[in-house]
Amino acid sequence: MNGGAQIQGNTAAAGSGAAVAEPGGEAIRAEGITKHFGSIVALNGVSIHVRRGEILGILGDNGAGKSTLIKILTGFHQPTSGRLYVHGNEVSLTSVDHARSLGIECVYQDLALINALSVYHNMFLNRELRKGPFGLLDHAEMRRRAAAALEDIGVGVPSVDVEVASLSGGQRQAIAVARAVYSKARILLLDEPLAAMGAREAGLIIDLIERLRSRGDIAIAMIAHNYAQTLDICDRVVLVQHGEITFESHSAETSVEELLEIVRREYRAARRA
Amino acid sequence: MPPVSARPSALRSILNNFLVWREASVILVAVLLVIYFEVTNGNFISNANVVTLSQFVAAPAIIACGEIMLLICRQIDLSAGQTFALAPFLVYFGAKFGLPVIPAIIVALLLCAAIGLAIGLITVMLDVPSFVTTLGAFFLITGITLTISRGFPATPPGGPVLAGILGAYGYSEIIWALLIVFGMHVLLRHTRWGLHTSAVGGNEIAAAEAGIDINRIKVGNFILTAVLAGFTGIIEAYRVGSNDPLAGGANMMFFGVASGVIGGTALTGGSGTIIGGLIGAVVLGVLQDGFTLQGINAFLFDAIIGAAILIAMVVNIRLLRWQRGGVQ
Repeated sequence: MNGGAQIQGNTAAAGSGAAVAEPGGEAIRAEGITKHFGSIVALNGVSIHVRRGEILGILGDNGAGKSTLIKILTGFHQPTSGRLYVHGNEVSLTSVDHARSLGIECVYQDLALINALSVYHNMFLNRELRKGPFGLLDHAEMRRRAAAALEDIGVGVPSVDVEVASLSGGQRQAIAVARAVYSKARILLLDEPLAAMGAREAGLIIDLIERLRSRGDIAIAMIAHNYAQTLDICDRVVLVQHGEITFESHSAETSVEELLEIVRREYRAARRA
Repeated sequence: MPPVSARPSALRSILNNFLVWREASVILVAVLLVIYFEVTNGNFISNANVVTLSQFVAAPAIIACGEIMLLICRQIDLSAGQTFALAPFLVYFGAKFGLPVIPAIIVALLLCAAIGLAIGLITVMLDVPSFVTTLGAFFLITGITLTISRGFPATPPGGPVLAGILGAYGYSEIIWALLIVFGMHVLLRHTRWGLHTSAVGGNEIAAAEAGIDINRIKVGNFILTAVLAGFTGIIEAYRVGSNDPLAGGANMMFFGVASGVIGGTALTGGSGTIIGGLIGAVVLGVLQDGFTLQGINAFLFDAIIGAAILIAMVVNIRLLRWQRGGVQ
């Protein structure tokens, strides 16, 4: 019961944070998204939206369709049917590059960075700065700007020259997020940003995400497993189950218990079946 | 939080020292080998032998440039030595059909590019490991070379000046090699192509998520390797003064790969250096040339070279693991 009170307190704080950022307009909206892989229905009529300055938590089990949804929003998969709107305009995302050109960027948990490359090479991967008539890489300028960008959003690394392999999981994640923000991403999709992370590391990322929200110009959707953390950080949450959104609420208006109860009902139904 | 620094930190300089030291260790091996052969032979560093040595080094060094790019993106071209043998015959037949020599060379290199393109497309489109694709290409290209040459050597076309520039003059082959090594070093370290090649080998999924066309990178590096192998075959033919349908082959390809690996290219992909490949080729060249001068038993020659390559590669892989462990 004490745990419950604790969570309620935190969600109230998150709710008041959301109220400050509420004026932001709608950054992305997905309507009736359905995705088939052969005979498998991964998503069935899913609708979500995220406003600027808002954090949406996407909860659900493995295989529920969260990652498919994120991959449709990043242009990696194309929906079988449904509509997507970015900043109010209907779009049909043809590729990751296309989505990125509209300011949509996803940060993947383990796949985000190239361990054997330096921090600054990772920061500028596939949008390298070049100079001179031959278009050679401008290492010095990339180094300088990467250091400035990391400092700007408060991410500490020993040096932008070190291989990413030598950094901690939290630092790597922070660099991936910094890269997205630096590249003018205004719709930020985070795929399990806190999974497999210790409290201190997770704190680093949560601080970073909240700093980004307070800027007010970035819409953030994050996939998560930990209900307490998600309700704590996010302004709203949706629950994805077997390819459909079965629950949607402002964080302040729900609780870990309510979410658990929905999921328990599903488990019981699944066991009876 | 510690401030972000754009200047090399203590960790970076330690890392740098490691890297410098590692390439330096390969250089050290080369120098020790030279001293050993100079002491035991007395004329290892004579002008005549340096010319010979440079010719041992040049061809594997150029082949290594291509193979290093492929190894970095987790591919390999086993057929590079076959393309090497085919290319001079393509020049020969081009000239025979009335093309001037330089256009004939360009056409030959374009055909080599087509071979690389075919290998690359089969590998990425049909999702066949390049080990398999290029093993097939190995025999296929050998067959083509033997068929069009009917198994006979031929004399490379063109006058003495052109032949001299291409390879007949003692130092021309190593000059070509150094130019190509320089160009490839710039390509790997200072262009998007090189960075993306490292990215694809380091983490293919992350590279794809970043919007890099990984198939394009792989296919491009197969084309690059085939063109470099073809060009090496052509200048080697001009150096020798004869097209040999059985030139190059697995030996040439493996010397290229071994040069890269001795020079620090990881067989597991993601990292490697062109300069390291050149140094690796020098080590192999010194070994070959040195043992030849010593008049070592011809039957034992391959065994000794093989053992030396094995030792160099094992040491390299151990060093790499140790280095990785040390940094983390």
